[in-house]
Amino acid sequence: MAVPFIELKDAVGGYDRTPVFRPVNIGIPKGEFAGIVGPTGSGKTTFLKIILGLLSPLSGEVTVSGVSVYGNKKIPIGYVPQVETVDWDFPVTVEEVVLMGRCKEKAFLPWNSKKDRQDAKNLLERLGLGELAKRHIRALSGGQQQRVFLARALISNPALLILDEPTAGVDIKTQHNVLHLLGELNKEGMTILLTTHDLNAVAAHLPWVICFNKGIIAQGDPEDIFTPAVLKKTYEADMNVIRHGDFVMMAHSTPLSFKKKKRQP
Amino acid sequence: MDIIFAPLQYEFFRTGLIAAPLVGALCGLLGVYIVLRGMSYIGHGLSHAAFGGAVIGYVLNLNFYVGAGLWGFLAAILINQVVRKNKIGADAAIGVITTASFAIGVALISRVRHFTKNFEAALFGNILGVTLNDVWIVFAVFLVTSGVIFILYKRLLFTTFDEETARVYGVSTAWVDTIFSLILAASIIASMQILGVTLIAAAIVIPAITARQLTDSFNKMLFYSVIIGALTSILGMYCSFYFDIASGASIVLFAAATFTAVLIIKRFKRPKMEIQAPGLPEVSGEIPHEHPHRHEGVLHLHPHQDIEDRSHDHHQAEHGDEKGEAHPHPHPHTHGREKHQHDHGHPHQDHK
Repeated sequence: MAVPFIELKDAVGGYDRTPVFRPVNIGIPKGEFAGIVGPTGSGKTTFLKIILGLLSPLSGEVTVSGVSVYGNKKIPIGYVPQVETVDWDFPVTVEEVVLMGRCKEKAFLPWNSKKDRQDAKNLLERLGLGELAKRHIRALSGGQQQRVFLARALISNPALLILDEPTAGVDIKTQHNVLHLLGELNKEGMTILLTTHDLNAVAAHLPWVICFNKGIIAQGDPEDIFTPAVLKKTYEADMNVIRHGDFVMMAHSTPLSFKKKKRQP
Repeated sequence: MDIIFAPLQYEFFRTGLIAAPLVGALCGLLGVYIVLRGMSYIGHGLSHAAFGGAVIGYVLNLNFYVGAGLWGFLAAILINQVVRKNKIGADAAIGVITTASFAIGVALISRVRHFTKNFEAALFGNILGVTLNDVWIVFAVFLVTSGVIFILYKRLLFTTFDEETARVYGVSTAWVDTIFSLILAASIIASMQILGVTLIAAAIVIPAITARQLTDSFNKMLFYSVIIGALTSILGMYCSFYFDIASGASIVLFAAATFTAVLIIKRFKRPKMEIQAPGLPEVSGEIPHEHPHRHEGVLHLHPHQDIEDRSHDHHQAEHGDEKGEAHPHPHPHTHGREKHQHDHGHPHQDHK
């Protein structure tokens, strides 16, 4: 087995000495494209934060390509936070946001080098935002906003890309585009880790899924692990799994009956 | 011309005229970061804290800048730490720490009643009593602050915009915050003698928030804020001279008037509407609007470029003439930038 790129050994994440989840042991190989699913408050974001090095694990070890992440600034991680955490009134243009991604490298001058600006331009063009460099971040559609923050993550050419709910709050078409883009990046060799709420439209299409609820419940190919038993343990609710060829679909097993009964003619 | 040059014959006015725009520019520069962080009252708080320090310094026979400086730095760093380590909002931390520091000053003044120094200048500022020494100190602080902001520009921007993500990208935000607290405390103490404890908050907030109304770009906001801070200070000084009002108050009132004017002008000069819906062509200046209308039982949708074209009555009349025209393709559909392909009365046979 290959040496895992991201490795957690008995890692416990939490705040103020209060653990949020049970000790986690997991190894994610390089080039993986994995989704983390689980209910709200299950500790998904905390799990991401200890991998990002934003939180020190309360116990255990978290390493990315063999080095401990907490307090280490050398690991090239691209991070796309949840859209809701962004201050949309902040006076920054698309280009200014994207070039924040270049902040750590020799950033002792207030202006951006020609190369930086060219790289930003190329990247924005690739993401279909070429015309929008001088726009304020609020003057964009939801999908464009998502891609701007993706561009900020990509401009430093990270080996690992971590996204917190990249498909929340955007329409189906945008969701599709974002996933396609991520798939492309993954093909180029980037390791991608994301959290999602959407089992059917997102998680079911990923090559690897980690079911998380205060610890890892199961992980594997969604076709294998999306079973009523695993889902029940993850979501603490009964769910049905419908299989149709290669297609897996999850649904409530007890349909809500708010609908009025059809009138008999 | 005389209006401008007449006051210059007084030395106190000349000194004040150098000090005021320096302070205005300094507060304008830092104000941008403070306003964007939602810490508007830190200027108010820190100046009060420093006042407490100045009184202690006086009782201990220390220089004003030493007492106020040490106390101000301490308060700034304490606020930073309290906010970082506990789940306490910046506003609450400022409220607790700085008011307590101010209270120490007030307590000391009331205990030691025989003060020879007049603390009124520190409270309300007295730009006309500014010495050349004070001007040099403001100038030095201005240089250091600009230098720090120049070097830390990108890190400060990232930290102010999104502290957590900045950390992922390798920015030592704890350091950035500490350094910023230090230059902020230094700036407030240097400005305090000139503007006064009670007026400093306005000098920090108003230029920045006025600049924010004028632009959506960060570096432009910085630039405008510095200019507005400096200009309103100069004009405020003249007002103070001619209307014989306290210079600090005059400067702040002038800045507030500028802010109000900008708000009013902005209201009357609304920017052209821009519609940016995904998938819709981007049209500025005019508002395209679509409306479904039916002819021959087919629901039909296309954008109207003409802003005046709101009534839609013509469609019924004109499309009414098209009786018998077949629609070979499924509707509804939307047309992109092509301007009104279906000119009124135009039959739709070209869509085969």
